[in-house]
Amino acid sequence: MTNPALEQPDLNDFEQEEHELERHSLYSELNRRTFMQAAGAFSAAMVLGLPETAIAKDPSQAMVRSVTLAVNGSPRQLSLDSRTSLLDALREHLNLTGSKKGCDHGQCGACTVLVNGRRVNACLTLAFAAEGSEITTIEGLARTADPKEISELHPMQAAFLEYDGYQCGYCTPGQICSAVAAVEEQKRGALSIVSLHTGKMERPEMSDDEIRERMSGNICRCGAYPNIVAAVRTVARGESA
Amino acid sequence: MNPFTYERAMASGQALRAGSANGVKFLAGGTNLVDLMKYGVEKPAALVDINHLDLARVTTGPDGTTRIGATVRNSDLADHAIIKTKYPLLSQALLSGASPQLRNMATTGGNLLQRTRCYYFNDVSFPACNKRAPGSGCSAIQGYNRIHAILGQTDKGSKSGETCIATHPSDMCVALAALGASVEVESLRGKRTIPFSEFHRLPGSTPWVETALRPGELILAVTLPPAKFSKNAYYLKVRDRNSYAFALISVAVGLEVINGEIASAGLALGGVALKPWRVAEAENSLRGKAPAQQGFRQAAEYLLHGAHGYEHNAFKIELAKQSVVRALTLASRGTSEGGEA
Repeated sequence: MTNPALEQPDLNDFEQEEHELERHSLYSELNRRTFMQAAGAFSAAMVLGLPETAIAKDPSQAMVRSVTLAVNGSPRQLSLDSRTSLLDALREHLNLTGSKKGCDHGQCGACTVLVNGRRVNACLTLAFAAEGSEITTIEGLARTADPKEISELHPMQAAFLEYDGYQCGYCTPGQICSAVAAVEEQKRGALSIVSLHTGKMERPEMSDDEIRERMSGNICRCGAYPNIVAAVRTVARGESA
Repeated sequence: MNPFTYERAMASGQALRAGSANGVKFLAGGTNLVDLMKYGVEKPAALVDINHLDLARVTTGPDGTTRIGATVRNSDLADHAIIKTKYPLLSQALLSGASPQLRNMATTGGNLLQRTRCYYFNDVSFPACNKRAPGSGCSAIQGYNRIHAILGQTDKGSKSGETCIATHPSDMCVALAALGASVEVESLRGKRTIPFSEFHRLPGSTPWVETALRPGELILAVTLPPAKFSKNAYYLKVRDRNSYAFALISVAVGLEVINGEIASAGLALGGVALKPWRVAEAENSLRGKAPAQQGFRQAAEYLLHGAHGYEHNAFKIELAKQSVVRALTLASRGTSEGGEA
């Protein structure tokens, strides 16, 4: 006799769809899903191989030139290939590895940084196109770079710590950058589809439904969502974590 | 990614001159173009960055039209006072699409030029795709075609060089179609205006020709006619997730209700064809009548006339009809009364 408590949830529909994808050789879709399902970055890396960084196959054809990026308040001069994404420039050339490469296709939000105060996907931003903009990464949010100085963290970082807004932590820098911008957007009255559907267009409140919608560009495969919502809710309401 | 040169245009003349060469693509938000370059689907020899041109304004003319510059970001457009109050259908459609990060990057002009999300178009390991490799056939017609077209497609079998059942993925464009927008473009040969209904092309016998744009033409702006649907508008999006997913079916509805009768209607379907789907009979059938279920169903039948489904998407035909009725019902209750779909 099987113990119902030990049985897997009913995955019939899901498995059937996976089977369909397999039958039609849609491996890219399967791979994407496998990535999304993977419990953490390391298992994802094993399944897929980590996404490549943009390296020229034939460097002689590439357009390499000097570019100055203003990152976390400092101008940084780099020599980059035109194909370099802002994410690769940050991680591979500036050693700012806080911003993470998840899907590298604008689907997961792990690479979220602030460009002129707006949250964007750094993986789909070309480094050349970011020249002249103010870029803020997770490393630039805290007033001090010393991770032991908790009191100096950005309130959103402190809230994520307080509410355990992560498990493996891979999506966390993107979640935090995105959440900082989400709260600022809500404070200046920016709408979401939830605001429109609930008719709260004048001053949208940061309800949990609003937080979930406004944070939907950041995927957490550990499923730390309830704690992420709690952290964002606390900061949005001006309560200290 | 293939090697390419990057040029930042600081004036429109510079952009148009640079854009007139072969193999050049204009770079705006890059959310679709850079993605496709990573997949090896797009291989431009040069990118001309148009983000620094003076194309990021929303203005209303004395004739009541509203002109949206090509590089106005999706997030800024959705939140613009003119759009929120006079064209709420457009705000709803914009905020139904993508994620906040992508909406912060994506532009009005770029949204019009989004390529299909057909799996087979986006994955170069499938040799057959008439969009990507003209004449190579279609992998989707006998493949996993759940997200594919039920209207306006070309189906001459998987081997035919004309077959294509891809859909256009945009939400914004469905609202623009219902609103009756037009597209202002410019090249070295001059400016011209393209009605929205003629901007996107059905596959016909040339699935690789997707828009009415001529080589070297740059989208300058999208113009909306004077607002008449502000009180009764609804954008209904039916999808597998409640957020951050492409539409299986979407419906953009604008009704002009005068003395309890529908004076005019704008009605467009997304997720069903390679362009936002509009049928004049469907809109005309609503005119002069009080908003009622029977008339809504009739309009839905006109809109879906001739629909044809495949192994995995035949369900979309009835889903689309019911979605049209639901969107018309919600729109007739009033824009702010629509409530959760």
